[in-house]
Formats: sequence, C-alpha cells, structure tokens
Amino acid sequence: MTLSEGDLAAIWLTLRLAGITTVLLLIIGTPIAWWLAHTQSKWKGPVGAVVALPLVLPPTVLGFYLLLAMGPNGPVGQFTQWLGIGTLPFTFWGLVVASVFYSMPFVVQPIQNAIESLGPRPLEVAATLRAGPWDRFWSVVLPLARPGFVTASILGFAHTVGEFGVVLMIGGNIAGETRVVSVQIYDHVEAMEYAQAHGLAAVMVVFSFLVLLALYTWNPGKTRVGMP
Amino acid sequence: MQPFRLLAPLLALLLALPAQAAEVNVAVAANFTAPMKVIAAEFAKDTGHKANLSFASTGKFFAQIKNGAPFQVLLSADDTTPAKLEAEGLGVPGSRFTYAIGTLVLWSAKPGLVDDNASVLRSGRYNKLAIANPRLAPYGKAAEDVLASLGLLAGARKKFVMGENIAQTYQFARTGNADIGFVALSQVMKDGKLISGSGWIVPANLHTPIRQDAQLLSLGKGNAAASALLDYLKTDKARAIIRAHGYEI
Repeated sequence: MTLSEGDLAAIWLTLRLAGITTVLLLIIGTPIAWWLAHTQSKWKGPVGAVVALPLVLPPTVLGFYLLLAMGPNGPVGQFTQWLGIGTLPFTFWGLVVASVFYSMPFVVQPIQNAIESLGPRPLEVAATLRAGPWDRFWSVVLPLARPGFVTASILGFAHTVGEFGVVLMIGGNIAGETRVVSVQIYDHVEAMEYAQAHGLAAVMVVFSFLVLLALYTWNPGKTRVGMP
Repeated sequence: MQPFRLLAPLLALLLALPAQAAEVNVAVAANFTAPMKVIAAEFAKDTGHKANLSFASTGKFFAQIKNGAPFQVLLSADDTTPAKLEAEGLGVPGSRFTYAIGTLVLWSAKPGLVDDNASVLRSGRYNKLAIANPRLAPYGKAAEDVLASLGLLAGARKKFVMGENIAQTYQFARTGNADIGFVALSQVMKDGKLISGSGWIVPANLHTPIRQDAQLLSLGKGNAAASALLDYLKTDKARAIIRAHGYEI
C-alpha cells in the first residue's frame, strides 16, 4: 500500500481546502449563529432553513446550481468577471466558496446550540459589570461556548474533507488545483486500479475515525450532529 | 401453515412470470443513453421482450458486474472492458461485437467560435478546453490522440478541465464555463444537424476508433430476451437509429 505522488498532492490539497474553509466558516458562521440564537425576527425560520439546506440537498444539485451561478452567464460569474478575477469554476477558490456553502450547517448549528444553551443570564451579568459587547463575546461567550466551537471546527473540517459531489461538478479534476482525495479515489476506482484506490481509501477511513474519536473523547455529550 | 397454503400458488405464479414475459437487465454506457432509450422502446414493440436499462460509466459497470450485479447484457463505451470481462469468465465467449463507433466533435456553446479548421484550437484563444478524463473515458483518450496528431497536446493540456465522463464534459462546455470541449457527436447532433453552438467533426484518421462493444454476460446465458436484444442491435432498424444519433456502424 504505497501512495503515489498524485495521491500525496491530493491529500495536501484536501487539507488546505478544508483548513481554509473551516477558518472562513468560523468567521462567517459565528455571527449567523449568534443572530439565529438571539433573534425574535420572523426571518429566523427562513434563514435557518437556508443554512440547513445542504443537509438535505443532494450535492449534485448544489454543484449544478453553483456551476450555473458561477459560470460566465450566471449572476456570481458576472460579478466575479466585473471584479476582474474571472470565473470561479475549475479553480481552488471556487472550491473554497462551494465548500463554505456546503459545510455551513455543520459549523453554524453547533455554535448556535452552544450559544442558545448559555441563556441570557451570563451576558446580563457581564453587562451589569460594564463589559462591552466585544468584551462579553471574547471573555464570556467564547469560553462558555467553547465545546460548540470545537465541535463546529472539527465537523466543518471533516465534512469538507469528505466532500465529493460538489467538487466533481465544479472542479474539472485539475491536478494540484481541484483534484481532492475523494475525486482521486473515484478516478482510481473508475480506472479499475483497485490497489491504489484501496491505499487512499484506507487513509480516509483511518482519518475519519480519528477525527470522530477526537470529537467524542474531548467533547462528550456536546455533539449533536445536524440537529438544531 | 395456513397462510403459506394461500401464498404458495401466488409465489408459483410470480416465479413463473419471468419465463413467459422475458426481461433483460442492460448496463448501458452513459454516452449511448439517448439512442438506447429509442431502441428499447422499438425492441419491446417488435419482440414483446422488455429491456430494463441502467446508465452509468463503463468503469462503474465493470466493478458492479465483477461483484455480482444482476446485468445480463453490457453495452460498453469501449472494446477493452468487454474483453476483460470475458477473460475473467464473466462474459459469454464469442458473443462480443461492435454495436456502434463513436464520433468525436470539438464543440462550443458559442456560435461561430469553432470553424471547420479548428483554428480556435491552433490559436489557443480559449479559456478552457473540456475533455473527458483520458484515463477513464474512451472519448477522452481519443481527444488526446487528436491533440497529439495536431501537435497541440502540450499547450492544450494546461487548459484542460476534465469531466469524469462525456456527459459531464458536455455540461462544462454547455454552461459556457469552458469555451470549447471535445464531446460525442451524439450529444450535440439531432437529425444530422448541430442542435446549437458551433462544432468541428473530428476526422476519424486523427484518433484510434472509438469502438463500443456489446457483450452477453454470464448471467444472461439462456435468457431469451438477452440474446434477442443483441440480435436486435444488429438489425437495419436499430442501426438506423444508432446512426441518426451521430454514431457510425
């Protein structure tokens, strides 16, 4: 069971994609989770539903619409061309954008759960002690909701690593740019190179097991995947 | 035992049914989807047999058949997979034949971009070239042959975007994400004319022929509908349908 140079390139690319996606999702997802946890707005339902859509939609549907939207005639494509950065499909950053959509619920929902379970009390106490909004977030919310953030990071990362259908639809299978591990395994299987497929697939199985083991060991009882 | 006595005649009837109205499960290479749907309908009308069609890539069918998938006939996208299945004892020896020869076309969704000299390919004035993965798809392998024959492979490779099969390759070009793409003529032709965009039908001497072979699988041995379908594919009527969809035979 030896990994080829192509396999290693795919692994590195996948880790880079998942890492960048997770960081972006924590930045984008935290305010969304915060808002969903606190708002009384009639938009809470619709926004929550849109965030959760990727849990339900087949990745091919998401990939197909992203391909159309980010293409030269789609609204996102028109916008990126106007910005002068061309179109997103077949590029690494196109995959990042797609992955942010695709893994959003896995980051937003654990953080939202954690914030909701804090209740208003700790924040009210902090406010009476004259802590400003930022101070309250960094010194009260973040430490108390830490398990939620840990779960969100691990799930966001792991779910992006496991991404396949969306990448297949908009990636174009370019080595070092969009050929991630799942696509590489798929290629091996389709090309009937089962030995290579086994090698890389085994790496994925071990990796996924370790990630979930870490999640359940360090964060017991706080892990409710996909349940708002 | 009472319920079983009631069920027994029913079960006997169910088990007897397939012998009368013969059915065949056919694994069809994705590029042959459109013509095969038409042929299966005609086949049912003309013979009374029923062909249940499944569509996927040939590589996927190979893995499934090796692991016991219930297919009696394979219509492959190439001529190597059926030979391999036969060598492994999963195909009936002597049943293999070429049912269609694929035609490659360089196609663009933009009218006027691709002319009869394929000058766009030589000039390099395109953002991306969609091509089926040459490792997986015979059409991709043929497309690489063409670029090599024209001496353009090294330059074009930098602009490759690869579909895992010819259907996805068409999708990349159809949505305009790739300016041009090598696709199957069967995907862009109807009644002998291009449906839209612009294209260059690649001369057959620029690549090895895309022979698509049919194979009777071991599970289909003795299945009346399976052998009837393979015979039907050789009739003039079936061949006319195949040609109308952009294949040669």
